[in-house]
Amino acid sequence: MTNFSTATSIAHNVASGAQSAASVVEEHLQRIGQREEEVHAFNLVTSAEARERAADLDARIARGENVGPLAGVPIALKDNMCTRGVPTTCSSKILEGWKPPYNATVVDKLFAAGAVFVGKTNLDEFAMGSSTENSAFGPTRNPLDTSRVPGGSSGGSAAAVAAGFAAVSLGSDTGGSIRQPAALCGVVGVKPTYGLVSRYGLVAFASSLDQIGPFSHSVADAALLTEIIAGHDPMDSTSIPKPAPSLVSVLGRGVEGMRIGRVADLPEGADADVLARLDAAFVALEKAGATIVDVKLPSLSYALTAYYLIAPAEASSNLARYDGVRYGNRVAANDMNTMYADTRAAGFGDEVKRRIMLGTYALSAGYYDAYYGKALKVRRLISNDFAAAYANADVILTPTSPTVAFPFGAKTDDPLTMYLCDIFTIPTNLAGHPAMSVPFGTGQANMPVGVQILAPTLGEEAMFKVAAVLESAA
Amino acid sequence: MIDNGLPEGWELVVGLEVHVELATKTKLFSGSPNRFGDEPNTNIDPVTLGLPGALPVLNEHAVELAMRIGLALNCTVKPSTFHRKNYFYPDLSKAYQITQYDEPLNVDGFLMLPGGVRIGVERAHMEEDTGKSTHFGGAGGRIHGSDYSLIDFNRAGVPLVEIVSHPDVRTAEQARQYVNELRAILVAVGASDAKMEEGSMRCDANVSVRKYGAALGTRCEIKNVNSVRSLGKAIEYEARRQIDVLETGGTIRQETRHWDETDGRTHTLRTKVDANDYRYFLEPDLVMLAPDAQWVERVRAALPVLPAARRTNLAALTGADEDSEAIAVVVERGQDTYIEEVKNAGGDAGRALVWVQQSFAEEGNAPRLPAKDLAALTVLERDGKLTATQAKTVLGDMLETGGGDPAAIAASKGFEALDTSVIEGFVDEGIAAQPDAWAKYCAGEEKAMGALVGTIMKLSKGKADGKVVTAILQQRRGS
Repeated sequence: MTNFSTATSIAHNVASGAQSAASVVEEHLQRIGQREEEVHAFNLVTSAEARERAADLDARIARGENVGPLAGVPIALKDNMCTRGVPTTCSSKILEGWKPPYNATVVDKLFAAGAVFVGKTNLDEFAMGSSTENSAFGPTRNPLDTSRVPGGSSGGSAAAVAAGFAAVSLGSDTGGSIRQPAALCGVVGVKPTYGLVSRYGLVAFASSLDQIGPFSHSVADAALLTEIIAGHDPMDSTSIPKPAPSLVSVLGRGVEGMRIGRVADLPEGADADVLARLDAAFVALEKAGATIVDVKLPSLSYALTAYYLIAPAEASSNLARYDGVRYGNRVAANDMNTMYADTRAAGFGDEVKRRIMLGTYALSAGYYDAYYGKALKVRRLISNDFAAAYANADVILTPTSPTVAFPFGAKTDDPLTMYLCDIFTIPTNLAGHPAMSVPFGTGQANMPVGVQILAPTLGEEAMFKVAAVLESAA
Repeated sequence: MIDNGLPEGWELVVGLEVHVELATKTKLFSGSPNRFGDEPNTNIDPVTLGLPGALPVLNEHAVELAMRIGLALNCTVKPSTFHRKNYFYPDLSKAYQITQYDEPLNVDGFLMLPGGVRIGVERAHMEEDTGKSTHFGGAGGRIHGSDYSLIDFNRAGVPLVEIVSHPDVRTAEQARQYVNELRAILVAVGASDAKMEEGSMRCDANVSVRKYGAALGTRCEIKNVNSVRSLGKAIEYEARRQIDVLETGGTIRQETRHWDETDGRTHTLRTKVDANDYRYFLEPDLVMLAPDAQWVERVRAALPVLPAARRTNLAALTGADEDSEAIAVVVERGQDTYIEEVKNAGGDAGRALVWVQQSFAEEGNAPRLPAKDLAALTVLERDGKLTATQAKTVLGDMLETGGGDPAAIAASKGFEALDTSVIEGFVDEGIAAQPDAWAKYCAGEEKAMGALVGTIMKLSKGKADGKVVTAILQQRRGS
């Protein structure tokens, strides 16, 4: 893998004057120029704005200003985060051309930290998918092997970092949409505790599961980004009313004495090469002084089913606003109902339609109790199982994805096969816990394998300590 | 059996759903102003428009006003949740309304009507209002068949409380009383201006009929009732319609009906079959609303004296009937404290009530006239120094100039109460002019006294004191 500069080193160099923000941006724009056509990580590259911003930062630094902890760091944003005056499409035709009049809270925070935005990244339409093949604007390719998918739904953000188009990026994770593409592209990906990072300005897929998090080359970068975007936001009622945790400072502390959970009843389906890397990770942690303990998560096998009722149910409601009345694309018709139907038929892709129908059905009178209601009960069971497991373990290790990056079209014929990509990542979202994927060697076809670290609510410190040890052992 | 105006044997059963807009500065889930009558689509923001990525944040003051309503209606304030009610309509920007569903904020209250009738309040829950659609072209102001429609989102997200009564209302008059009393309470606690004509208070009625003693009949929900008067008319019409259907062997279909003010009838709006499936589910963008006990008690302690208690107090103060119009009107205007001030200034509260009701309609709860001046006027009247007619003239002058000494005004106008001997003379003339009335009055017909007093007052050119005239007539009859 190419050795790209980390955000930490860029910020240090730019702030100290060793390197200009302008040169950092040019370096990244140059790589975009060389490979973006092939990779298609972006829906939009904002070169002009990035250059202008870098020049402004350089001028401020020359005046002796402290421009923030991300001074001059090129960042890519998943195209489902609102950026004022800059198109935000969710890779959907229905929102093509829509320019939000406001910034997502995370965007304001990154800007205040001195970051430089280089573009909006491709995703599975409305973040529904695990390969970025569901984008209305064409798939993103895995920079490590362009015949393979980058994972999804934040495939563009993962690919942008893996290809060196941006030092770091933000994605959103509803059922694994940060961690799975991070694993498939060989980068670090974090889904923080639900409520740690504000969702204000993140276009909702499933509100009770969505969470924004970073992609990066290093664990330290991921910790830095998480610190910066975390913290209470009065604009998000589900935001945890606590200050952001201190994470960079815990990275060197090691795992001595920590209890690492191994799931004894892990659902089947992971490939042998992936499981081999997981075993190697346990060995590495044990060598670093941690204890491996067996935990049981019996309800885990129901997680996927529960998720595919809860997430589509919320999505069916969240996506109802795309009706052609106030913004986005409209297909004109002679009466209201036809306008609604034609607009939505033309504007949404198959996977989005599939989930809207599934979710509508699950919430319907006469079916609510059997489907949505039961899924909520499973969700509670999963939380209970995790609580019991965390009584004996500080973190739990699982594979991130059951396989390495797969070729295009391999899973597009059968939605259920595609849904299984998230079997190890979904339980975390249902519980609202943090989890992250750290690259830990390679598997089949020399493609990267990610190991997933799960932690209880606000257990980011323990999670990052383990991640730092795995990173140095990889 | 209560007189409900319906054919013999039929009982009317009505439950009322009243929506009120809360008098907050900003909307229920965003910082946009909550203000009626502004230029369309100026009080908007990403949350109001349901833009992608926007999130609701609950308005604390709206919760406080909702609790005031609940507590004033004797409800229990409970931990509550918000749900999404999903349906498509152009003025519903998110395609769902955020409302309280199975766990409302206020439950199990009641409201007492004048005369001691108790109407149960099932719940008073919070929700957001929709935008306002106006349809142009086509028939009947409906979206279907119109040429185009305009939407004003100023109203979208305005905080509402929906107050749902139990089906305890038994007459159209009780329904009117309920809404009037509710309105008075809402205004008194400062929760809403509750103006039906501006739409800040809206009322739907669930109407059914049954034979006395029978099980509840099938109900129809009546919408588009825009005044208290229309509410009564709509209920009466609907009850008769249902009785006609039942008496001719038909059955009532559960449906929503639209009250048409112009033809005075209700018309089918939608039947239960084509009712929406709202797919309610817990709003994941909000957390549970559980006001702590201290907050609830703070709100309860700060509640003002409610209209019913104020009517009782004012009736005691003035000697008037508690259910009289004068008491109701003066309390509604908030002028009862003023009458108390008049009394404290040495005035006659009974006379003050009459003058305040008659002459202070435009004066609000803090009349311009100093209480001591009205007090002085009522004393002159009570002591027979001024007749009612003279007092009215003096009061008119006082209101014009913002006060003054009523005795001096009376003197300047040459108002002096007539000597009893002079009045006796007018009484003689009056009896002579109305021999028939005098005969009837002597035979015990009290109504005949009116004609006699009228004639005598006319003869005195209004200068005689009516009370003195009455006393003389009674004395002469020997009663």
